[in-house]
Amino acid sequence: MALIDRLGNALDRGSGEIILTSMDAVLDWARKTSLWMMPMGTACCAMELIAASFNKFDFDRHGTFPRPDPRHTDVMVVAGTITRKMAPAVKRLYEQMPDPKWVIAMGNCAVSGGIFYYDSYSVVRGVDEILPVDVHVVGCPPRPESLQDAVLRLREIIATESIAPGARYDRPLSLPGGPCSTGHDASGDEPSSKCGGVG
Amino acid sequence: MNISDLRDHLCATFPDLCPLFSIEFDDGVITVERDALYAAASNLLEFGFERLGMITAVDRGEFFEYVNRLHSQSLSASISLKCALPRQDARVASLTSLWPAANWHERETYDLFGIVFEGHPDLRRILLPDEWEGHPLRKDYHDERVIKRPDYI
Repeated sequence: MALIDRLGNALDRGSGEIILTSMDAVLDWARKTSLWMMPMGTACCAMELIAASFNKFDFDRHGTFPRPDPRHTDVMVVAGTITRKMAPAVKRLYEQMPDPKWVIAMGNCAVSGGIFYYDSYSVVRGVDEILPVDVHVVGCPPRPESLQDAVLRLREIIATESIAPGARYDRPLSLPGGPCSTGHDASGDEPSSKCGGVG
Repeated sequence: MNISDLRDHLCATFPDLCPLFSIEFDDGVITVERDALYAAASNLLEFGFERLGMITAVDRGEFFEYVNRLHSQSLSASISLKCALPRQDARVASLTSLWPAANWHERETYDLFGIVFEGHPDLRRILLPDEWEGHPLRKDYHDERVIKRPDYI
């Protein structure tokens, strides 16, 4: 359901003038639904990353599209082998991204070094040696659907975040009228208690 | 041009190169002494090998084998130019002044094998970080960061 319909439903349930929600719910909703992507493609996984953005898989419907400028982006997708020479450049690009920011490690090389784990003198064994990774996607390379699934998992993670430092909810927050407050139906019951608890 | 025509043509044009010519795996090879490499290369450029395909090396234990692959569009032929370099004193003349393409190939060979190219305009590492120690494609290279593959894989 589109946001405007959901807000309309929420207004109908109240007196028609006021919506009550939390800042965290609004911020998490805003952040999770427009995850602009920094495509850090260094090897063959980048082909799948590119394919995910094109019309067959259409990443844009998730609010995610590539933006080759760290200052405009929210999530860095590390797609490919990171060598020891490339690692400082990746770290520097990550540091240029504005907070809040997340990292998806796409493919076996970015997860653990992949086939270069053994007997290689030049490959970083997993991008989590240099960056805080939120979601790992295995595959050599992963399908575009896997990457899209990773973004959906990342949205679940973001939906539990709080603006309070270090605080985190134990379940995803939701806006009024969203799937977690569907207890309001024609029978006029109170909202279901299974959503939105503060952990 | 097939290999025997190439040899005949080369022997007619540059008799000095003729005894150095051999055939390995149906492919023309010219093996020269280190000091004669630059002269031989400039002769081959004059002969018609206007394109340099690659420069690399092979670690043969006692010595490094310098390998240079040359191509010719006009002759429709390819040839290898080889040269043995002693391991303790791996130096050879740079060919950058003949083929500008040699610049990065020689930097790569320097980076990974430690062969010094004399007369190169900018001889520094190209693939590895500048502060890297050692030359990884040498057989005696050791790096404690490398994890050896277990036997069962």
